[in-house]
Amino acid sequence: MAESPQVALKDDSALVTEAKAGSYAAFEELVNRYEKKIYRLGMNLTGNPEDAEDVLQEAFLKAFVHLPDFREDSRFYTWLVRIAVNEGLMKLRKRRSDKSVAIEDKVDDEGDVMPRDFADWKPNPEQQYAQAEIEAILRNSAQSLSPGFRTVFLLRDVDGLSTQETAEILGISEGAVKARLFRARLQLREELSKIFKRG
Amino acid sequence: MKCNDCFQQISNYLEGEIDAALRRELEEHLGKCHRCQVVYDSTRKTIELYCDGKLFELPVGVRARLHAALRRHWEGQIR
Repeated sequence: MAESPQVALKDDSALVTEAKAGSYAAFEELVNRYEKKIYRLGMNLTGNPEDAEDVLQEAFLKAFVHLPDFREDSRFYTWLVRIAVNEGLMKLRKRRSDKSVAIEDKVDDEGDVMPRDFADWKPNPEQQYAQAEIEAILRNSAQSLSPGFRTVFLLRDVDGLSTQETAEILGISEGAVKARLFRARLQLREELSKIFKRG
Repeated sequence: MKCNDCFQQISNYLEGEIDAALRRELEEHLGKCHRCQVVYDSTRKTIELYCDGKLFELPVGVRARLHAALRRHWEGQIR
């Protein structure tokens, strides 16, 4: 459906109010605004397109169904991301039915993280690979992180949520968000260094 | 500042979350330590790579199926 200019100019909070009152156009505008980001989150979190599509559909369907219960004590996008993250983690749990995938896992929460690879990277590595190749490299590297670390990295660095919002979504302290972000960044850097270093 | 202290602060530095004195110390260290400079540059590049808006674009078919599913749900609800 073509979006109406009036709807497109409204902020999220006004659209939520209208959607709650029964406007499908208002809800659809919220979908238009965030569908790309939620799909990308699903891809980075689950690492495969089928699961990412499921995460996308389930997140918006649940948002649609539960919109009347949304109390608006957070941004709509933060609420939506919380739903999408839960869907993504459920996918991961199903995939590894023998292991639990918990956001509160304590894997590597303690102890020093030290860089091991100190080689310079090639300049602009993204320009030296085809789009599909760079996507595969980033997807595989993200999958090397534990789900708890991966999710913090994705919410903070890729989605740009605040430390406080990330902590609320994941039900962990702000200190834990910062500690995991630090470790996730360094671990990802190590993974990518294997591929992008010179020589 | 030692390299180990620098590594522990790189993430906070990227966040802009360190005080002015520590920031000066860290920048001074980065200016003369190639290894730490490499870690800083590549950590920043890591984040940049994942933030590239061209990555994992929403396929047209996936978007169409999403909107069709939502529309079906909506129509089912008002019936």
